[in-house]
Amino acid sequence: MAADSYDDVAKNKESIPELEVAPQDLYHAKSFWTKYIFCQDAKVIGIQYALTAAAIGMVGLVSSWLMRMQIAFPGVIPMDAAAYYQLVTMHGMIMVVYLLTALFLGGFGNFLIPLMVGARDMVFPYVNMVSYWVFFIAVLILGASYFVPGGPTGAGWTLYPPQAITSGTPGGDGLGIVLMLVSLAVFVIGFTMGGLNYVITILQARTRGMTLMRMPLTIWGILTATVLALFAFPALFVAGIMMTLDNMLGTSFFMPAIVQFGERLTYDGGSPILFQHLFWFFGHPEVYIVALPAFGIVSDLISVHARKNIFGYRMMVWAIVIIGALSFIVWAHHMYVAGMNPWFGFFFATTTLIIAVPTAIKVYNWVLTLWRGNIKLTIPMLFSIAFIITFVNGGLTGLFLGNVAVDVPLSDTYFVVAHFHMVMGIAPVLVILGSIYHWFPLITGRFLNERLGRIHFWVTFIGSYSIYFPMHYLGFMGVTRRYFEVFEGDNFTYSITGINQFITVAALITGAAQFLFFYNIIVSSKFGKKAGKNPWKACSLEWQTPDVPPTHGNFGKELPVVYRWPYDFSVPGADEDYITQDTPPSAVANAKAEQT
Amino acid sequence: MEESNQNVKVVIPEKKSFSKEWASDQKAFKGVPWGKAMMWIFLVSDTFVFSIFLISYMTVRFSTKSEWPNPSEVFGLHVGHYNVPLLLIAIMTFILITSSGTMALAVKYGYEKNRKMCGYLMLATAVFGASFVGMQAFEWTKLIMEGVRPWENPFGAPQFGSIFFMITGFHGTHVTIGVIFLVIMTRKVFRGDFDTGKRGFFTSQKSNYEAIEIMGLYWHFVDLVWVFIFAFFYLW
Repeated sequence: MAADSYDDVAKNKESIPELEVAPQDLYHAKSFWTKYIFCQDAKVIGIQYALTAAAIGMVGLVSSWLMRMQIAFPGVIPMDAAAYYQLVTMHGMIMVVYLLTALFLGGFGNFLIPLMVGARDMVFPYVNMVSYWVFFIAVLILGASYFVPGGPTGAGWTLYPPQAITSGTPGGDGLGIVLMLVSLAVFVIGFTMGGLNYVITILQARTRGMTLMRMPLTIWGILTATVLALFAFPALFVAGIMMTLDNMLGTSFFMPAIVQFGERLTYDGGSPILFQHLFWFFGHPEVYIVALPAFGIVSDLISVHARKNIFGYRMMVWAIVIIGALSFIVWAHHMYVAGMNPWFGFFFATTTLIIAVPTAIKVYNWVLTLWRGNIKLTIPMLFSIAFIITFVNGGLTGLFLGNVAVDVPLSDTYFVVAHFHMVMGIAPVLVILGSIYHWFPLITGRFLNERLGRIHFWVTFIGSYSIYFPMHYLGFMGVTRRYFEVFEGDNFTYSITGINQFITVAALITGAAQFLFFYNIIVSSKFGKKAGKNPWKACSLEWQTPDVPPTHGNFGKELPVVYRWPYDFSVPGADEDYITQDTPPSAVANAKAEQT
Repeated sequence: MEESNQNVKVVIPEKKSFSKEWASDQKAFKGVPWGKAMMWIFLVSDTFVFSIFLISYMTVRFSTKSEWPNPSEVFGLHVGHYNVPLLLIAIMTFILITSSGTMALAVKYGYEKNRKMCGYLMLATAVFGASFVGMQAFEWTKLIMEGVRPWENPFGAPQFGSIFFMITGFHGTHVTIGVIFLVIMTRKVFRGDFDTGKRGFFTSQKSNYEAIEIMGLYWHFVDLVWVFIFAFFYLW
């Protein structure tokens, strides 16, 4: 530990620092509407976010089912190419933005931030409430695009112009693309309101004794991801506005002179590459917006369920921050084949590979946390271990794709699909599922059903490997992604048909397991086993509330005072194998905690 | 707004290392109220929005094949027998920067609890802001009469019109929102909300003169953005 790691508070252990944060003036709901619908309590807003994200996520899940059916068993579900591309697009956009971003930052962020840093609520509960409802409107706008003439856009989730707004693309000449862009812009506005709240709550409203270096890694992950989002979403916002203008008013920001069906369109002189730069300036940080909260949460899960302090806490924090910073200078590795200057590729390949360093530090630290820990194979732990494995797999293929020379032949094949689904699809989703098993007792006071949970875990874990491992092979075979029909014998070996059918069956089963999970949530919230207070024996503040589930205002009369970091597990000399963050040193005088 | 409570001590620590100060408990920015910190971070986010607008403008200015019109001529005005380049824009810029001055004074008088002076200066800022938007409307009308459209214009590259309407429109929207909030705040100042700590209609939080400073941050930001738009779009 470096000398400057301790602040004055930590040095003088028993002293309680003076109160700097004013007691918050809570809004007390008076009617049903203000209590459950336009609620200003961050916990309720978090649940609202999570439920909305899960609802639209189900649309994304069913889209992937339909896509897989078309690829493996064409004709079983009648579908034309346009419908297939619409499914691809909506699946991608829903999963990345409306499910993962909203669930991690809106859902977990809202629920956990005030509880974990020891605040009564977000700093501006009203703005927070508006943030959710703006997000809700964004989801409605997105959903509306299914019902307009021409249907939703089929431009692929990257929405590249010129094809996104030309009439050959589904939804390109209708309202589909416009609704998508407007929905994204509204999402950004809503997120900004929420995101400012998260950042300021973490930076300016912590309880006494909660230094930045005593925050759970979950909070570090969410904080960094939110900062990334606040600086990356403007690119999407501006690109969305400009493409809407291109489409609605006929401006030429992204549209070059172009001939369509033998007819010259009125566009002239725009830059399609500009859109790609803007999109990926948003799109690459977006990967880490999804991944960093997952990194943070999984660190906490592993530490709690292995009864061992997190290995290298400070390194973990700095790794999160460095990954966040680097994520802004790697975006063009998505554009190696877009016709950039090759020197650009050189630069972006270098920065991309540098990211592997802090990421590898994190993976080593997770594994070293497990090492000689008292590993309890609870469901959250199973999901955490599955996450580490999956993330390593996805990360290694990232090294392939980060190198220009290897990326060029693999670009736009199923190898890419397998890579990003492993690393930013399956890996964060495993964390989400694990953390729902972990925090469900805090939200409802009951455990999720153990047996259903174990079935859910094994089907999800083995299922997702059955889906994505063979896809790497398909990619090496040269099977292009986003193809509506893949004919065996034409360009590819006969084996791809069998592989595709195998993947589809696996996808159907894995998807069905998620519906089992939803069933589990609904039933267990009513009939699950009672959990009681702090069932996992965790140290962090969210489990130390006087009421479980925590009520409005979180901590009853007095806010807790924090004396230590959240990872004091198995401290030698202590009576219990954990010391909660709000335990004063005098209460555990014999304990020899090394870190405060 | 965070309440100013007597029990709370604003601890501004003696000079420490950057990392120590940041990592200390409760607040990373000592003595900075929530609203102000939030406005600063919002402004950084908004800086990204305007930077990306300007970078996009530069990119399409290079990518378009047609000649870029000379802004000095397009935005010139006939005064008597002379063509004065950028006359209107110069006046607009002057007014907006003046309004930053009145805004800063309003913040000063607000913290001195000089309700009247604060209110009048806020009102002056709002009037300056509104006249800026009015002149922008005049400029838009003039250019539209001359045939400038988002998709084409008689002077050269079609992107000229697109960029002009988009960036000035987006900036004008910011100014308009600022004026609306200035008017609302002016009313609150004159009514004495900030002296009595009246609770907000929507947020039910107590009012405080800090709100004026936060308003000021936004207003200065909008001015600063205009300086960049002026430099990169009108002068280049």
